[in-house]
Amino acid sequence: MQRRVIFRGRLLPYVLVAPQLAVTLVFFFWPAAQAFWQSVHREDAFGLSSRFVGFANFAAVLGDPDYVDTVLRTALFSAAVTVLALAPSLLLAVMADRVAKGATAYKTVLLVPYAVAPAVAGVLWLFLFFPGVGVLAFALRALGIDWNYLLNGGQAMLLVIVVAAWKQISYNFLFFLAGLQSIPKSLLEAASIDGAGATRRFWTIVFPLLSPTTFFLVVVDIVYAFFDTFGVIHAVTAGGPGKSTQILVYKVFYDGVVALDLGGSAAQSVILMAIVIVLTGLQFRYVERRVHYG
Amino acid sequence: MMPYRLTPRGGKLRYLPHIVLCTGVLIVAFPIYVTLVASTLTSPEILSGPMPLLPGPHLVENYRDALLYGAAATTGQSVARMLWNTLVMALVIAIGKIVISLLSAYAVVFFRFPLRMLFFWMIFVTLMLPVEVRIMPTYKVVADLGMIDSFAGLTIPLIASATATLLFRQFFLTIPDELVEAAKIDGAGPLRFLWDTVLPLSRTNIAALFVILFIYGWNQYLWPLLVTNSPEMTTIVIGLKRMIGTGEGRTDWQIVMATTILAMLPPIAVVVLMQRWFVKGLVESEK
Repeated sequence: MQRRVIFRGRLLPYVLVAPQLAVTLVFFFWPAAQAFWQSVHREDAFGLSSRFVGFANFAAVLGDPDYVDTVLRTALFSAAVTVLALAPSLLLAVMADRVAKGATAYKTVLLVPYAVAPAVAGVLWLFLFFPGVGVLAFALRALGIDWNYLLNGGQAMLLVIVVAAWKQISYNFLFFLAGLQSIPKSLLEAASIDGAGATRRFWTIVFPLLSPTTFFLVVVDIVYAFFDTFGVIHAVTAGGPGKSTQILVYKVFYDGVVALDLGGSAAQSVILMAIVIVLTGLQFRYVERRVHYG
Repeated sequence: MMPYRLTPRGGKLRYLPHIVLCTGVLIVAFPIYVTLVASTLTSPEILSGPMPLLPGPHLVENYRDALLYGAAATTGQSVARMLWNTLVMALVIAIGKIVISLLSAYAVVFFRFPLRMLFFWMIFVTLMLPVEVRIMPTYKVVADLGMIDSFAGLTIPLIASATATLLFRQFFLTIPDELVEAAKIDGAGPLRFLWDTVLPLSRTNIAALFVILFIYGWNQYLWPLLVTNSPEMTTIVIGLKRMIGTGEGRTDWQIVMATTILAMLPPIAVVVLMQRWFVKGLVESEK
């Protein structure tokens, strides 16, 4: 799409795009190129020289059982976060769409987690479940559950999933609510007159009409779980105990910053870029099928 | 004619929506409430078994200690300083993103020039490269430029925003041609038109983007973790994480909890007070 009426100018448009273009070139394209370059080179121990190694870094990364474990763990983590962030949000949105009084008050509170930083959300929940300190840690002990997420990998994973999902509820809730409000009331009234109860109306009319929103949110939540949960994991478990909560983004950070394996970290970065491009592609492929929000 | 009622007035399911929503509110509010209570207690009260669930009398001293002195694990780093650093970072990122995106979108929409579409696509693809996937190379660029431990290093690499550019572009395309023609007849140049017409028209879009971007900036974690080393440059989210002792170190939970509240307060205030723009910004920036 283009405008019919435009301004003339030779230099001015370049001056106007220059700041954004400069930042993009220096901090996006140059580092991305470096990542590709580093991913096919290997530096010596002193970082003085590097030689071309082809796909050796990728082969090393993909052949590393630890990396394969991390991929599987990331898949499990994002699937769990996505389901746990979507289902309650949908339920809450359906209910918020029904109430006449107090809807704004509920909405205001439910939007709060969006404003909380992932790492801060991590600290909120960590404090509830910290062994020997947290209120809910004591409650679990009282129920006879041997709760210590600092030692038990499964419990640690459960905790980071809950925190990550908690933070994403606001976003999903808001989009589900917008989707619900765009469904024509006449459709629901017609079904109601035909004798369809609330449950039947939901599964035969509301849920199918919401599917574009749901699909969009599934992609957004997967991207969120892959990349934006770094703060949650770093603050709550630091990838531990052992490596039981280490996901892909955390491993890129750990291998590059802590273990200083530049080639390996760069190869992982390139793999992550490919994943983001596929996910963004999916999102845009279905973008026109999405509902309108008025 | 009365519309057919979709929500019957009577029946045992009458209160179901409120019950479900109250449960949701409880799940959202409970961790925040416990944190708020803990920030009014003393260290022994928190450490000696299940802590009380009603506020204690130590609110003022805990927040004063946090703001002025910080916690034992991070001696000498006042939370007031961290709040300042974070505020500067969030504002520079939010305003910087808005300004450079507005200018580039204006150029792309209101001018025809060689390489226009190339530039647009170059900005567009950055959407696919979040900082998390190019951690080490970006860090190296910033280090080579000598920007470690500076506000410039903290903010400028995060300032390019495809989302804001796309949003402004879409909005600019809806500005009627008549307005542009009228401005031209009046002898207004492109910069005058930008300042006198486009900017006032973009007010709500700018407000909506500001809310989203302020929160984005305030909540940054991985990037500040990499590019700041000195205590003077610590942001509050990073500082908060450092306050929690690992293993042997004692954790001043009451200070940590006061700091948690302080770290959440500004972004929550922005979302709640600017809720209308927040919802608009969130929904539109995804279009």
